[in-house]
Amino acid sequence: MRELTHLEQLEAEAIYIMREVAAECEKPVMLYSIGKDSSVMLHLALKAFYPEKPPFPFMHIDTTWKFKEMITFRDETAKRLGIEMLVYTNEEGVRQGINPFDHGAAYTDIMKTQALKQALDLYGFTAAFGGGRRDEEKSRAKERIFSFRNAQHAWDPKNQRPEMWKLYNTKINKGESIRVFPLSNWTEKDIWQYIRQEKIEIVPLYFAKERPVVYRDGNIIMVDDDRMKLKPGEKVEKKKVRFRTLGCYPLTGGAESEADTLDAIIEETLQAITSERTSRVIDHEAAGSMERRKREGYF
Amino acid sequence: MKSLLKFITCGSVDDGKSTLIGHMLYDAKLIFADQEKALELDSRIGSREGKIDYSLLLDGLMAEREQGITIDVAYRYFTTEKRSFIVADTPGHEEYTRNMAVGASFADAAVILIDATQGMLVQTRRHIRICSLMGIRHFVFAVNKMDLVHYEKSVFDKIVRDVKRFVSEFDIGSMKIIPVSATEGDNVTRTMGASPVRMPWYRGGALLEYLEEIEVSDLSRPEEFVMAIQRVSRPNHNFRGFQGQVNSGEISVGDEITVLPSGEQANVAAVYVADQNTGSAQAGQPVTIQLDREIDISRGCVICKATKAEGANMFTAKLFWMDEEALLPGRNYWVKLGTKMIPASVMDIKYKIDVNSGEQIPAEKIHKNELAVCDVILSEKCAIDQFDRDKDLGSFIFINRVTNMTSACGTVMHTLRRSNNLVWQETDITKKIRSEQKGQTPKTVWFTGLSGSGKSTLANELEKRLVAMGRHTMLLDGDNVRMGLNKNLGFTEADRVENIRRIAEVAKLMNDAGLIVLTAFISPYKKDRENAREIIGEDFFEVYVSTPIEECERRDVKGLYRKARRGEIPNFTGITSPYEAPDTPDFAVDTRETSVEEAVSMILEQIEKG
Repeated sequence: MRELTHLEQLEAEAIYIMREVAAECEKPVMLYSIGKDSSVMLHLALKAFYPEKPPFPFMHIDTTWKFKEMITFRDETAKRLGIEMLVYTNEEGVRQGINPFDHGAAYTDIMKTQALKQALDLYGFTAAFGGGRRDEEKSRAKERIFSFRNAQHAWDPKNQRPEMWKLYNTKINKGESIRVFPLSNWTEKDIWQYIRQEKIEIVPLYFAKERPVVYRDGNIIMVDDDRMKLKPGEKVEKKKVRFRTLGCYPLTGGAESEADTLDAIIEETLQAITSERTSRVIDHEAAGSMERRKREGYF
Repeated sequence: MKSLLKFITCGSVDDGKSTLIGHMLYDAKLIFADQEKALELDSRIGSREGKIDYSLLLDGLMAEREQGITIDVAYRYFTTEKRSFIVADTPGHEEYTRNMAVGASFADAAVILIDATQGMLVQTRRHIRICSLMGIRHFVFAVNKMDLVHYEKSVFDKIVRDVKRFVSEFDIGSMKIIPVSATEGDNVTRTMGASPVRMPWYRGGALLEYLEEIEVSDLSRPEEFVMAIQRVSRPNHNFRGFQGQVNSGEISVGDEITVLPSGEQANVAAVYVADQNTGSAQAGQPVTIQLDREIDISRGCVICKATKAEGANMFTAKLFWMDEEALLPGRNYWVKLGTKMIPASVMDIKYKIDVNSGEQIPAEKIHKNELAVCDVILSEKCAIDQFDRDKDLGSFIFINRVTNMTSACGTVMHTLRRSNNLVWQETDITKKIRSEQKGQTPKTVWFTGLSGSGKSTLANELEKRLVAMGRHTMLLDGDNVRMGLNKNLGFTEADRVENIRRIAEVAKLMNDAGLIVLTAFISPYKKDRENAREIIGEDFFEVYVSTPIEECERRDVKGLYRKARRGEIPNFTGITSPYEAPDTPDFAVDTRETSVEEAVSMILEQIEKG
């Protein structure tokens, strides 16, 4: 008998968690954000239940501001794999014209946090998988794999349920729900190595390519459609850039890079001098902003 | 591939755990540049003399940074040239001990900090005990703040002696004691630089160097194949697969497996590791197994080749209580053991363990943050093994059935067998537990007296009053006993003796169930009533209804006396058969002199007294 590799151990843990949820939770859903972590999570879900299809639907919260390539990738992936993909948008927010340029933090709250809460309530999901990892951010480093939310979807970080060994407590009262993070113990490096090992398809935006961008407040923002209004002095340039995380294009900073293969990306990640979430503009607002949003119901 | 070490840091509050790990990550250049920036920024806000506060790297919650304490476990991931690490930094406050236990359940090794200026504290001892309970066998003691004791060897040596004395009672795989200064960096990552000058008397290597080399053999696992079933996959009629993560051993197509607790057997027809049809699998892998025949297997069952695990519903366990609501024997909880979720309760708290001295203390309740040894009973049999033999089938959690809080975690010391009579007697849900559940003291109020003396009337009235008071009762009289249990008995002397014996045994069982029993039988013979008193014991309360025969015969409600006088009823008490009045009844009443209501009130007063 041999020792399992680090990646095999992480894979086995994630699959164990998914099967526990499928067996014990009444109505689970897997949140699908189209990013690389979601791609890994989806891949693991297909493996976990094989030859059965995952016994839960997938759901994407669409802010209407995602990169176009992401939406194309989402629809093609769902079709190719034959999985149920729910898409939810906060239509009230769309009607009010909420957008990332004019509304800042309110945009994230209305189009992401509120939208997610509305969608979970609409379908009555009792457990939702998310691709969060503990190496991403300080408050995530503190969160349990099974993380409980009250009826208002709020997280109480000071009173988390103990989580011992592999004995996950999935019991909830009416109205409460669980966020489940099967990738909790993965690092960014693990994710990339696993993508290479398993040949997992990811959105092409992760690979360096010439793209139209502007430099704004120290970030490189891609001009993905004509809703992007230029400020005085800004001009659209063609630059070879790639993205380390994906989200709403106006809020996602790219990096100039030559890494256009998986090996090159992994090489770059190993030598990274900035941790991943710095390219997400929202994390910088104030120390503790992620925790605050999570307490309000952000995933 | 580098090996992975999962370890925790623990110890009392302000021993400098977070600072130590923060310094380790910082020194070894294991933190990303922007975390470093955030650290400097954060530390200027809550600055302690303008120095970098390394603990801010780990104390990620706002409340933690505001209060300057660690509330919950933080997980950090780092890799050196020699090894990958996951470190769980755990809180030192007693209030958050349960979060420390969470970290301990996940780790292979523990780094326990001891403040050199304080020595071993109660909380240090508590943490060592909990680490041991959760299965950790490899300990590193970092004697911190050596700078504050001027790097004195004698201070270190005293702590070494204390540590060695304390850990001698635990099953320890390896142990190392290192003098460090987390703020100054002595012996944290490397022994280079100033440390050898400051502590020339220590030559044992730095903490990180030791962690890179330490061998952590997996906690003893069975060699043979064991796997708890997570779910049964049935995508269509042709496929039925059993999914789980192999706990131990290996499995291949053709192997014969046994199902626990049912004992049914089958052969393996196919083995998938995740989505690959591999034909075989080994410990740690996620699998789907198909069998060659249809047998009854569901979630919570265990399949195995040969194991010491067994189907049992009772076991003795160590328990760490984490809930604000104390543990009470007899109260119902959910227990999750392996993949089984099952109603359970504690039959008996054997003792609690003083975390400081290890002393065994008798206890009626177990409060938050206390350790205890208890006997647990499950509502049905499931596959259980001793924790030291099989971590997965020997560990469990308690879940509060109202709040859903994870109330406790525990490890199985050994199972208990029903066939072992002595053990069963000692460990059953006791009469005391059942009575407390009903909030009453069990009694058998035994009414004796002639036919027509008023026994049934009194017993009826007494029962109504008891029920109105919320008591749980049962009335035994001729109608419900003679019709069923004793319908094969007649009225000969032998049958009357047997009649009373059976009634006494039934009353005793009902007392054991926690009930207040009322019996209304003539029970004419002294020795039968003495026999009943013997059977029932201290709960027996004799009420003599002394209404004389003349009055009874005058009332003759059922016309029995007239029949008896006509010779139609043989062996009629008081006429053709004797009645032996009690000499010293617990209570006596003559219904000519006392009203039913008064009599009942007086009896109530007596039995409620205890």
